[in-house]
Amino acid sequence: MAKYEVNLKINNIPVTVEEGSTILDAAKKLNFRVPTLCQHPDLCVAGNCRVCVVEQKGAKALPAACATPVSEGMEIFTNSQKVRTARTHIIELLLSEHNSECTSCYKNGKCELQALANEYRVNENLFIKLVDKNTYTIDNFSPAIIKDDSKCIRCQRCVRTCASMQFVSALAVSHKGDKQKISTFFDKSMNDVVCTNCGQCVNRCPTGALVEKNYIDQVWDAVNNPNIHVVVQTAPSVRIGLGEDLGLEPGNRVTGKMVSALKRIGFDSVLDTDFSADLTIMEEGTELLTRLKKALVDKDETVALPMTTSCSPGWIKFIEHKYPSLLPNVSTCKSPQQMFGALAKTFYAQKKGLKVENMISVSIMPCTAKKYEADRPEMRSSGFKDVDYVLTTRELAMMIRQAGICFEDLPNEKYDSIMGESSGAAVIFGATGGVMEAALRTAYEIVTGREVPFANLDIVPVRGFEGIKEAKVLIKDVLPEWGFLEGAELSCAIAHGLANANKLMAAVVSGEVNYHFIEIMACPGGCLGGGGQPIPTSPEIRAKRMEAIYEEDANMAIRKSHENPEITAIYAEFLGKPNGHKSHELLHTHYVKRKGY
Amino acid sequence: MKDKKLTKVDLIFENDGTCATTVLDKVRAMAQDDVIMEMIDSGLKGRGGAGFPTGLKWKFTKAENSFDKYIVCNADEGEPGTFKDREILDTVPEKVFVGMTIAGYSVGAKIGYLYIRAEYNFLLKKLNQKLDAFNVKIKDKGFDFTIEIRSGAGAYICGEESALFESIEGKRGEPRNKPPYPTVAGLFGKPTAINNVETLVYATMIMKYGAASFKLMGTQDSRGSKVFSVSGDTPNAGIYELELGMTVEDFVNDFGDGDTKAVQVGGASGICVPRKKFADMIIGYEGVPTGGSMMLFNSTRSMYNVLKDYLEFFAEESCGQCTPCRIGCQQLLQGIEAVKRGEKHPSYLDSLKKLAETMKLSAKCGLGQSVANPFSSIVDNFREEIIY
Repeated sequence: MAKYEVNLKINNIPVTVEEGSTILDAAKKLNFRVPTLCQHPDLCVAGNCRVCVVEQKGAKALPAACATPVSEGMEIFTNSQKVRTARTHIIELLLSEHNSECTSCYKNGKCELQALANEYRVNENLFIKLVDKNTYTIDNFSPAIIKDDSKCIRCQRCVRTCASMQFVSALAVSHKGDKQKISTFFDKSMNDVVCTNCGQCVNRCPTGALVEKNYIDQVWDAVNNPNIHVVVQTAPSVRIGLGEDLGLEPGNRVTGKMVSALKRIGFDSVLDTDFSADLTIMEEGTELLTRLKKALVDKDETVALPMTTSCSPGWIKFIEHKYPSLLPNVSTCKSPQQMFGALAKTFYAQKKGLKVENMISVSIMPCTAKKYEADRPEMRSSGFKDVDYVLTTRELAMMIRQAGICFEDLPNEKYDSIMGESSGAAVIFGATGGVMEAALRTAYEIVTGREVPFANLDIVPVRGFEGIKEAKVLIKDVLPEWGFLEGAELSCAIAHGLANANKLMAAVVSGEVNYHFIEIMACPGGCLGGGGQPIPTSPEIRAKRMEAIYEEDANMAIRKSHENPEITAIYAEFLGKPNGHKSHELLHTHYVKRKGY
Repeated sequence: MKDKKLTKVDLIFENDGTCATTVLDKVRAMAQDDVIMEMIDSGLKGRGGAGFPTGLKWKFTKAENSFDKYIVCNADEGEPGTFKDREILDTVPEKVFVGMTIAGYSVGAKIGYLYIRAEYNFLLKKLNQKLDAFNVKIKDKGFDFTIEIRSGAGAYICGEESALFESIEGKRGEPRNKPPYPTVAGLFGKPTAINNVETLVYATMIMKYGAASFKLMGTQDSRGSKVFSVSGDTPNAGIYELELGMTVEDFVNDFGDGDTKAVQVGGASGICVPRKKFADMIIGYEGVPTGGSMMLFNSTRSMYNVLKDYLEFFAEESCGQCTPCRIGCQQLLQGIEAVKRGEKHPSYLDSLKKLAETMKLSAKCGLGQSVANPFSSIVDNFREEIIY
């Protein structure tokens, strides 16, 4: 149905917008910025902070620009004296309830309330400081996320994120009036509830109420200790996000500069998670083919299909809580981070003659859930904690600034060897559909001896931001040892964002859909939209990051995981064969059933 | 000129066992639009306090093109000092059901919900018995309409219509953004006519006696009569149905204890009228509107304590969703306490009045918007009591 056009005036300037647009949209069209706090491009309208109130001619009250649809002939004033008074009051009220320890706050300089207070030059002492009179909880029990209620402005972005984007609802509003707060089930710690540590709330929190637990000091201690060999690994999507926190526009690929910065910070070995992403493809691809063989040839009915990916720790915790009956369907492969960690303290240590007890393994991740994952008791295959510290993209940016490194002017440097070589198939792990594409590039070739039948190896149907994607690949003219797959159609699905994952899993459980292989990423857009990536985030920013990921892939000399020479070498020298004994010891894991809250 | 300034009326509680049958038969024989026209013609305005013309509300709901529509009876009578709906539901529940049926018939709704505050759950057994019989009765009379009862959980905010919808839908009772208004997207997102208990009983009585006779009572802006909940320093506390149009003075002459210094009209969220304004202030839409609460205070009362009580109530009963209301209520409360203790200069009251004005302009719903009513009227008229 065609939409009507609506004519209105904003600050006496006529503007025409589509029906259903908000006053905020119309103002934006005229380049008037109305300040907002609870509004977010990824979330439904709330209209509860009231910072965006505007004056409407003829109306008694001031409507919220974000929540009020335009109507024909409307006359709006975005900065009248009435508006300014109300808006200033509202900011002052928020500050009276807010623990304004800005100078020591983790979000200092990145806080939307701070920016607004600065813009309006409010009188913070006008009202009574309520925050001093109440007691607030600071929940720092989770290894991934710190929740500080004294900094919360109750905009409910986190609540909407957790409910509608992630279908988790670990965070919800509780109590009313002066006691109202954002809480968890029975006020338990974030660590003891259904929270998946995905960090999407952290990405959208306008203040310092929800932040990642940072391990910057611990990492500085390690790199500055001459007796410690610090190994660092960088996840695929860090290289396309990091620039945003260091003054660059979204969509900049900064792989070489990032490596250069890590070396200048003092990491002893700068290595690449992309290496273990390639390894994941070998392990997970083999696991899938083995499961298919058991099901098709051995007619083993206990084989769990569809098999789902296991790279995303947010997804793992989600399925552990919400669909424990489907745990056998999850690939037993560790995530690339944990494969890397296990190998760093075994294979790498041996090759380099390092004493494992003098090693610290650090990972740079676009993710907060990885912090939790590294803490899991299963993740100590080396006999030590396989990954000691997980830093988000944001924490790395902070370290780079602290080190006084002028990032933009850095030369491009290369990863150290070994475990620094990777393929284009590994870098696309950072985008939704990327693991699927990488797996297909390899599995199809192993089975048929030919490259996947897509131009330039780009498996376009699995790319893009659609919530749930499907792909079917017909397997023909297979190599003799894969005869049982001749003529089979491999049926795959991909979901990103846990609300989509939930939809897909519900369909799997009900038997409504029938797939062989499912890729799931907890975050919108995959890791490129991860909870550890630079703030702000929006569909536009994530689209730019995705373009950069595929550019990075297209520019790689090697595009397929099984062609990575370091992968061939590690199997020959150390692991034996994919899914072999050593692999199982170091690269595979198991999962835990968890409660539904 | 009437000799008596204050006229008692007996419509709402009129004892007439055949009322339901008579009115339902009459309505069934009328066209939907004619029923709505009769309501518009009567000039009846919502008796919950906001005073929206009932007939128009029904007209707007009928005009919406939707298969599902709802009628909701708002029996979440939470305003401090108001207790008339309890009496209506206790003594004449069938008239409420009839009013809902008339509304359902005229707008084309098949389901009506009576949302009753948790504190009135003691009425449920009786109401459900009456309702079961009533649901059968209206089916027999050819109405495609069923009434169900839903109970609240004790939050004042759920008397706000959109928060009430959220509550019925099983969610946390928080007001929604408006527009869209309930007549367009109300309960379950469908067009909904939501009316106060008393309004629906008046709808029944208007259909019984006709708009013309209802219109004879009251004033141009405030037609008909209204049920008042009278409390405070009065020898005659209780529930009274009075013709609209009297002044506060008329009211105080009948109900005061001879020493009345202020009347809080419209409950905690209403306006405080001081003695010097009694004579000029009409109780109704041309003066001070009320959902029925009339609280009288004599000279022994501290208006500081009165205001403090109200603010404590609002600070607790705000849903907490929007900034102006959640924090504003706390600031007003702590502000007058600080002035009383001498920690803030008396001129801080003027800053707080400006804050109250901001709350009126920018709060998301009627709760936060109306806190300025008691605050400014008490601070303006009893400033010395607040300070000293």
